[in-house]
Amino acid sequence: MGELGIVVPAVLAGLTTGAIYALVALGLTLIYGVLHIINFAHGSLLMLALYAAFFLKTLWGIDPYAAVFVLGPAFFALGYVLQRGVIWPASHGQDSMILMVTLGLSIVIDNLALALWTSSTRTVDLPYAFAVIDLKLALIPLPRAVAFVAALAAAGLLWLFLARTDLGRAIRAVAKERLGAQLVGIDVRHVYAMCFGLGTACVAVAACLLLPTFYVTPQVGHAFVLVAFTTVVLGGMGSMEGALIGGLVLGVVETLCGLFLGESLGQIGIFAIFILILLFRPTGLFGGKSA
Amino acid sequence: MNPRLVVLWTVGLLVALALPHAVASNAWLNFWINTLMFAALGIAWNVLGGYGGQSSFGHAVFFGTGAYGTAVLQIKLGVPALLAAPAAIGLGALVGLFIGGVSFRYGLRGSYFALVTLAFAEVFRILVSSFAFTGAGFGMLIPLDQRPINLQFPSRFAFYYAALALVGIGLAASAMIERSRFGAYLVAIRENEEAAKALGIDVFRIKLGAIVLSAALAAAVGVFYAQYLLFVDAGSAFGPAISVEALLGPIVGGAGTMLGPLLGAIALHGLGEAAKAAMGPQPGLNLILQGLLLILMLRFLPEGLIGAIRRWRGHA
Repeated sequence: MGELGIVVPAVLAGLTTGAIYALVALGLTLIYGVLHIINFAHGSLLMLALYAAFFLKTLWGIDPYAAVFVLGPAFFALGYVLQRGVIWPASHGQDSMILMVTLGLSIVIDNLALALWTSSTRTVDLPYAFAVIDLKLALIPLPRAVAFVAALAAAGLLWLFLARTDLGRAIRAVAKERLGAQLVGIDVRHVYAMCFGLGTACVAVAACLLLPTFYVTPQVGHAFVLVAFTTVVLGGMGSMEGALIGGLVLGVVETLCGLFLGESLGQIGIFAIFILILLFRPTGLFGGKSA
Repeated sequence: MNPRLVVLWTVGLLVALALPHAVASNAWLNFWINTLMFAALGIAWNVLGGYGGQSSFGHAVFFGTGAYGTAVLQIKLGVPALLAAPAAIGLGALVGLFIGGVSFRYGLRGSYFALVTLAFAEVFRILVSSFAFTGAGFGMLIPLDQRPINLQFPSRFAFYYAALALVGIGLAASAMIERSRFGAYLVAIRENEEAAKALGIDVFRIKLGAIVLSAALAAAVGVFYAQYLLFVDAGSAFGPAISVEALLGPIVGGAGTMLGPLLGAIALHGLGEAAKAAMGPQPGLNLILQGLLLILMLRFLPEGLIGAIRRWRGHA
């Protein structure tokens, strides 16, 4: 065993962390890939969804896994309205301004949460939170395994959606050539809003899967947002399989860095990858098209 | 200079000099020191982000380098603050040279540049909070020794005038940019980088010059912050809140204008203070209002307060 006995469980733990990163990044890559903008509010929306799942559980006893079916549609609607009602009009359709608008949104959402729910850390108690699956080489917490499978499923569903449905084709058309898409009769504003809505729904799903093994504070989104950007850039903008593999890779990198460099330096590996990828291969590992 | 402008600037300067004595309260003085400090940071950001159009989302990396530079040099190496301060500013400029060097060499622009600066700030934050030499997770306390050689002063008024001087230096640098060939090149790059390159402008060197100047100014603000609070920690010196603070003022006030960042900082901090006075010290309230102000400004006055004033004067 020796070295291997430590490394194998670390890699498995990293894969399950990476699955969560991938889930958060799936929504972002959809928004980033089509709208070509950085959505700084992504982490804040994740935080909001975590609070929503938390209150559904504590106030009405709805299990986080069941909450997926409530929060998914609810956050889809929220995202649609945010894009159509706030981001589009306030940014005048300019990329550099969308960045600032989403930053403003994230400031408002984060501090609203702070004002409403204080900065205390909250967790939920679930009977299955500490259940584990024995893989001989390592023990995997059950909720982590569920999140892992769900990340694979979500990536697959989104890929199918983009490849096979009319709306998916419209989204890809707008991502490639906005003006051309408009000329053939695609309602670009609607597609943008649908995209933002779908991305926000992904965040809600990620939040429901994350809550059983995680906590909620108004700042919780910050921990994920830069990792999500790294995942998206690593995987290639707008690529679902890229986001999935990118997320898994980053999860493993983080745990291995944490193992060998010490806990506090764990995320250094992620940012080092981020900077190197941005500098040397900004189209990502799976991104065929140039940025 | 036209005589009306001379009068305006003289009045402005006199008001600024008299301001801390107008109301005899510590809260009033603290408010202006804070506002001027962040105004100076906004002016620093504006050199690169406003005139140059390269929006950095990680200016905390330069601010933090200045703050930590002066703290580490004093505490670990026993250098007096009077020497540590210029060294820390130089260090900030070097970090700017490095980050600008790699990102502009590889042609990062727009959102990619924003992301890479954000990532550099995070890397610095994690590194600084991981090593004992930089105080690890606890931060660093600069020992109290109020002598001018330590850049520590018994009176808070001294800090007010120091912050005012920082703003003055920043405004002078902005004025020089607006009048110089370097500034004209910088604005040309912002408006159309390809065209600027085609006209023979050395785009890489001009952008590098802008980020080094911007970084040095931001590091100077960081030095001031460390000397004023006599405490630095990774989360507040390198954290995203500082990066956001750096760009909020210029965007609200008017990016790429000389007085925009100053006006923006006064508006944002004034709004926060007014909210506190009206509704009590509710956590997060001032930031909610600042975020809303940002969105509303982008929606209705995308050129910022300066743009609004110019438009109003154009109509009048």
